[in-house]
Amino acid sequence: MTESTIKPPKKNLGPVKWMRTHLFSSWYNSLLTLVVGYLLLTSVGPLVSWVFLDATFEGSGPGDCLGEGACWLFVSQRLNFFIYGFYPDELQWRVDIMFGLLALAFVPQFIEGFPARKWLGIFGMSGLPIIGYVLIPGGILGLEEVESSKWGGLMLTLILAYIGILASLPIGILLAIGRRSDMPIIRGLCVVFIEVWRAVPLITVLFMASVMLPLFLPEGVSFEKLVRALIGITLWQSAYMAEVIRGGLQAIPRGQYEAANALGLGYWRKMGLVILPQALKLVIPGIVNTFISLFKDTTLVLIIGLFDILGAVQSTIADPAWQNVAIEGYVFVAFCFWVFCFGISRYSQNLERKLDTGHKT
Amino acid sequence: MKKQSIDSISARPKPWYDPRIRALFFQVVTLGVVFWAGWVLIDNTLSNMQSRGISTGFGFLDETAGFGIIMHLVPFDATMSYGRTFWVGLTNTLLVSAMGVVAATIIGFLVGVARLSSNWLVAKIALVYIEVIRNIPLLLQIFFWYFAVLASLPAPRQSVEVGGAFFLNNRGLYLPGPVTQDGFGLVWGALLVAIAAVFGLRSWTKKRQKASGQLFPTVKVSIAILVLLPLIAFFLAGQPLEWDLPALKGFNFGGGISLIPELAALWVALSLYTASFIAEIVRSGILAVSKGQTEASKALGLPNGLTLRLIIIPQAMRVIIPPLTSQYLNLVKNSSLATAIGYPDLVSVFMGTTLNQTGQAVEVVAITMGVYLTISLLISLLMNLYNRAVEIKER
Repeated sequence: MTESTIKPPKKNLGPVKWMRTHLFSSWYNSLLTLVVGYLLLTSVGPLVSWVFLDATFEGSGPGDCLGEGACWLFVSQRLNFFIYGFYPDELQWRVDIMFGLLALAFVPQFIEGFPARKWLGIFGMSGLPIIGYVLIPGGILGLEEVESSKWGGLMLTLILAYIGILASLPIGILLAIGRRSDMPIIRGLCVVFIEVWRAVPLITVLFMASVMLPLFLPEGVSFEKLVRALIGITLWQSAYMAEVIRGGLQAIPRGQYEAANALGLGYWRKMGLVILPQALKLVIPGIVNTFISLFKDTTLVLIIGLFDILGAVQSTIADPAWQNVAIEGYVFVAFCFWVFCFGISRYSQNLERKLDTGHKT
Repeated sequence: MKKQSIDSISARPKPWYDPRIRALFFQVVTLGVVFWAGWVLIDNTLSNMQSRGISTGFGFLDETAGFGIIMHLVPFDATMSYGRTFWVGLTNTLLVSAMGVVAATIIGFLVGVARLSSNWLVAKIALVYIEVIRNIPLLLQIFFWYFAVLASLPAPRQSVEVGGAFFLNNRGLYLPGPVTQDGFGLVWGALLVAIAAVFGLRSWTKKRQKASGQLFPTVKVSIAILVLLPLIAFFLAGQPLEWDLPALKGFNFGGGISLIPELAALWVALSLYTASFIAEIVRSGILAVSKGQTEASKALGLPNGLTLRLIIIPQAMRVIIPPLTSQYLNLVKNSSLATAIGYPDLVSVFMGTTLNQTGQAVEVVAITMGVYLTISLLISLLMNLYNRAVEIKER
């Protein structure tokens, strides 16, 4: 570079210049900044002192929450119940193992270049549910049985969301393929199934599963409440899953179908070897997004009497031993959900950016 | 592969290799399986209901309900029929959905625009709002507003009062209710005339602009007509309107319009939650309009306001409408969470109390699902019609 070359203008402005362009660019922006800034400053102070400074963190029981601030003692004292529900204390190691395996299988998916990432993911979708099916209810291999009415809290929330997604994925794929089939009757059946489930709220589905499902079954056959809820959630979720996957199928160019036909592949080989691998890869962000909304929707099971994490907190709030802890309880649950959902949604946005090859049709 | 002669290729394939016959076969089998499964389900259901002594049919709709409902838009008391509870629930669902759609749209558009504001502070606050609200389950938010916020309001005797007409307490929000007197029909008539006049004005100004190129301040004049004409009629008729003020009677308020806390909590939570999704839709819709459009409009000398109204919004709407529709549908479906806090919506009244009292699960669930299906189909139909009106006309 010669001396005479003019350097490019500095990109980062000084703080004064930055404020002039971003906060006080015109008279109404200045006014807006001042008003909003004032509101923010006056509300942040009390909030911080409520959450941290005046809050009670330590103590032995409800009587220790005397301060003006939040009673986090409530959360720490009941944490075991919020995570495991009524699962017996001495058997909670089984749930802990599942938490650990779940983290082992899915956390690496967020980390670029983690060794054997793909295999861990496959394990999470195939081996993990089998281990969970043995470990959590017990009753086989010498494990003490824990009936599903004792499951609760965060553990139940994760079970519902995880099984809901896992079971709805294959059904969703079949429905999506069926909806794009050339056979009018199969297409019609799939369309009706998808549209009906998508049109009704999850609560009605859960009600139906808990009230009507026992009527549908032959006499002598009955399911536990949790299984009924899972059936309802799976049917409902598979309709959403089908629509997400259909989006992927539609994004695959015609040439791929024709090439597979030209190679002489039959229908199922064409789908399984050529179309679906590409389509599913495209819709991973979509699947992650439906997972997030299902994860939030699992809270609805408390209406039919299952104790998920919100149900556990709600029942403790109603406990007369603890008074005026509603806000603390809700903030705690909100924080748990927020961490999960925000983290996962950031991941899916990253993925979307990475998968976006820039030549979408 | 064996070598085949031209003849054998052009010959008809064996019937089990013929794609049309195969397709027919698979479809017949599928249909058979579906009908068989349906028949088994119906058979099981009927025999189960018989053994449990549950009656079938829709006769229960005419029986006396025998329970009260805390809020009803259509006249209702405990002596009325189960069929009536259906209408009470349905109107309550529609009320909260309509209120939610309006509020969520307004908040969502404001936040979406704020997200793109050149003011750093405003943009960041909008971002925080969106990211916090939409990552927290709606049911939790409804509980928060109902059990944590509204329940901590003062009791009726210590109500927050504004000018002796508005009262806020833990039983709800009370507003003065308008009571129309004789002669108010004149005001309605004037309003109709005003609406007709506005339509006439619009077609006239369009014609005039086409012929002469002259612009006419249509919007301002229309608003003036719409406000002034009914107002003149109102005073001519001798102000035929009185206000029914809420007043403390015993332990609670009576008179006026009341907004029960269940409705308020549900409304606030639904609106704020859906607004966070609408805001993202609005933002991406506005960003989808290419920069060249704005620059071209600037080059034509259009001021900022007109650029927004004539160039950006019409094009952004095309991107916004389809996802907006599904958000409206979600809102209507989510309004069924009312049952968790006891707002008497369709699910809470009909699928809850009525189902428990009659035990006729199949009929009640079928009716309720049918209603949601109908609402969903109607909303998507209306939005599709609107979408067709605003989509790009390619010739």
